[in-house]
Amino acid sequence: MRKRMLLTAGLVPVTLALAACSGGSSDSTESGPGKIELSYWLWDANQQPGYEQCAADFTAANPDITIAFQQYAWDDYWTKLTASFVGGSAPDVFTDHLAKYADFAAQKQIVPLDDLIAQDDFDTTVFAEGLVDPWKFIDGKTFGIPKDWDTTAFFYNADMIKDAGYSDEDLAGLDWNPDDGGTFEKLVAHLTVDKNGVRGDEPGFDKGAVAVYGIGINPSYDVTGQMQWANFTGSLPFDSLDKNPWGTHYNLDDPEFQKTIAWFYGLSDKGYMPKSGEFTDETPAQIGSGKVAIGTNGDWASSQFFGLDGVNVGVFAAPVGPSGERASIFNGLADSISASSKHQAEAWKWVQYLGSTACQDVVAGEGTVFPAIPSSTEKALQTFADKGWPVQAFYSYVESGHTFLPPITEHSGEIGDLVTPALQGIHLGQQPASSLTGVNDQVNEILGG
Amino acid sequence: MSILTPLRRGAADRSAPRRPRFRGATRDLPLAIAFILPATIGFGVFLVWPTIRGIWLSFTDYSVFQPGKFVGLDNYTTMLADPVFWSSMRTTVYYVVLNIAVQTLVALVLAVLLSRLTASLWVRGIVLTPYLVSNVVTALLWLLLLDYQLGIVNELLEWVGIGRQSFWGNPHLVVPTIAMVNVWRHVGYTSLLIFAGLQTISPQVYEAAKVDGASEWSMFWRITLPLLRPYLAMVLIVTSIGSFQVFDTVSVATQGGPANASNVIQYYIYNVAFSRYDFGYASAMSVALLVVLSVITVAQYRLSRAGHSDTN
Repeated sequence: MRKRMLLTAGLVPVTLALAACSGGSSDSTESGPGKIELSYWLWDANQQPGYEQCAADFTAANPDITIAFQQYAWDDYWTKLTASFVGGSAPDVFTDHLAKYADFAAQKQIVPLDDLIAQDDFDTTVFAEGLVDPWKFIDGKTFGIPKDWDTTAFFYNADMIKDAGYSDEDLAGLDWNPDDGGTFEKLVAHLTVDKNGVRGDEPGFDKGAVAVYGIGINPSYDVTGQMQWANFTGSLPFDSLDKNPWGTHYNLDDPEFQKTIAWFYGLSDKGYMPKSGEFTDETPAQIGSGKVAIGTNGDWASSQFFGLDGVNVGVFAAPVGPSGERASIFNGLADSISASSKHQAEAWKWVQYLGSTACQDVVAGEGTVFPAIPSSTEKALQTFADKGWPVQAFYSYVESGHTFLPPITEHSGEIGDLVTPALQGIHLGQQPASSLTGVNDQVNEILGG
Repeated sequence: MSILTPLRRGAADRSAPRRPRFRGATRDLPLAIAFILPATIGFGVFLVWPTIRGIWLSFTDYSVFQPGKFVGLDNYTTMLADPVFWSSMRTTVYYVVLNIAVQTLVALVLAVLLSRLTASLWVRGIVLTPYLVSNVVTALLWLLLLDYQLGIVNELLEWVGIGRQSFWGNPHLVVPTIAMVNVWRHVGYTSLLIFAGLQTISPQVYEAAKVDGASEWSMFWRITLPLLRPYLAMVLIVTSIGSFQVFDTVSVATQGGPANASNVIQYYIYNVAFSRYDFGYASAMSVALLVVLSVITVAQYRLSRAGHSDTN
């Protein structure tokens, strides 16, 4: 008994690995003679109905191929996906992210699409500018077919904004700097209200008993900053990487960047923003709870915000920063094909269809995201307008302003394991923002730059 | 199983003189092998072989997708220089100390109460119920109960004037929180193990003590604890090993956060293996954990003289 326990002790991780490995065959199954079922994964539940319609249309044209959807929330999605690669049960086709795909490409878990593109004369020039190139891996091969693009802005509780005496013009004219936060911080301070009804910029404000926070925070401490501070750092004379994509040197030691990080997480110390751990949900739930006035999120979350019960929601674009421009990460999702898929030809057919005007128009009609094909984007804008959702803010960066890619490098998983706890540690007040200099050295060591 | 062994041994001893030992042993041999074989095959395939393979992998840069090549002690030097590994180890030890100390104390009290005060099977059943809930469900349940915004526990704390606590989000509270959630789940099971040990103490000993005028309190210290020691030792060893392998609660509730505050060693190993694909390094850390647990088990066994009972 004792010996057995001794052995069992250290074994769990190994047996766990073994159990996962024995998962066996790919997720796709044969259903009937000649019929093929492709598995397709995505993380955004809002988008599933649109793509299910695409799948129905696709099956109508290709009766031998059906699509089985699987949706997991963002965090679970990547855990499941990486484990499924290890276990050999990866989906045939899945929605991929710029900040993640390099690791899969490097491990040869997704297939390069260039030969297929050439073989079928698939036209990649139909996609909006700047959407295809980031999907070319370090070796120059393409690993994803674009499906949509997104930017981030600030959703707000319109009644709170009105009570605070701000007009739409005021919101459009906000500015920001890392020293005193500019008129943006003034807005946030004014929107913050303590339990006695005293506003954050009034004397006697009790930051220990806040009833409504001026600004919420997504619990996503990513190196991209997309869900937290990228709208601010993007308006600095600052770039995360020496070159993007495929930079080998991060610049997290930049003093202006660190000043911005300190300012941003410092909003919690002032009582204007929830502390780390107060909200485990993202900003839609925070604004929905009535305890938060404004919050960062992407256009993909529009339906969640505008669907909130009893809350009037609006959107404004990021404030103009020291660079003189508004800024947002411009991120595009794409579909990738797993190397382990037993139905490469069918998977490619489905990916082509996902990247076609026919499917993108269907997605546009759902009013969830901006499709990758410009003519479909126009239709999506129309859908949003028909629903009465003012999403112009998300589009405004593209028309005038600064858009930039999330940092795309190799070893993003390992880098995230270093940077995420460091950022959260700063928010928790465990370390100063200057601690990022040490983290930056470690990150650059991983990248060899 | 170990709890019952002394009883069985007693039974065997009584029947032993009836027939010669040797003949009985040979006659039972085929049957014994038949009984042992399935477990032995499982033991070999699922325990011995993975352990050997795991130890081998720890000397390679195996990534599942590409066959690993031998890298000597590289993974081990990486480990010694990895601050996250050491902080994970410290976090785990902190968790185990909290978890085992509270769990064993509460379980002991509970077991004594069960055996001295009530014979109700119903009450014994109630004590075991949290153990019937899966780890994942337990974690989800407490995630909700202790939620900063919506958790009923925080509503209560605010009502009594203590104020809301970020149980899962405060780096100082998160490990105690996980430890107590797992105490909640395991304490009933642990107390039943101890309870089974208590059952082996002959009531005559207590009766004799009572005749001599001993109080319940001194009977606990002079009779119950010394006679229970081998069982307690076994319980401590089993629960400590289980405690070192805490994973589910962390994976469901905190994912190692906030800021690595609950990044216990098993979770870190999992993360390195399944999201960074660095199975070589993950195996090296598993081997380190194996060594640590072996040392702890041997030490506990020796210190508590678990092989000897005071009645012998």
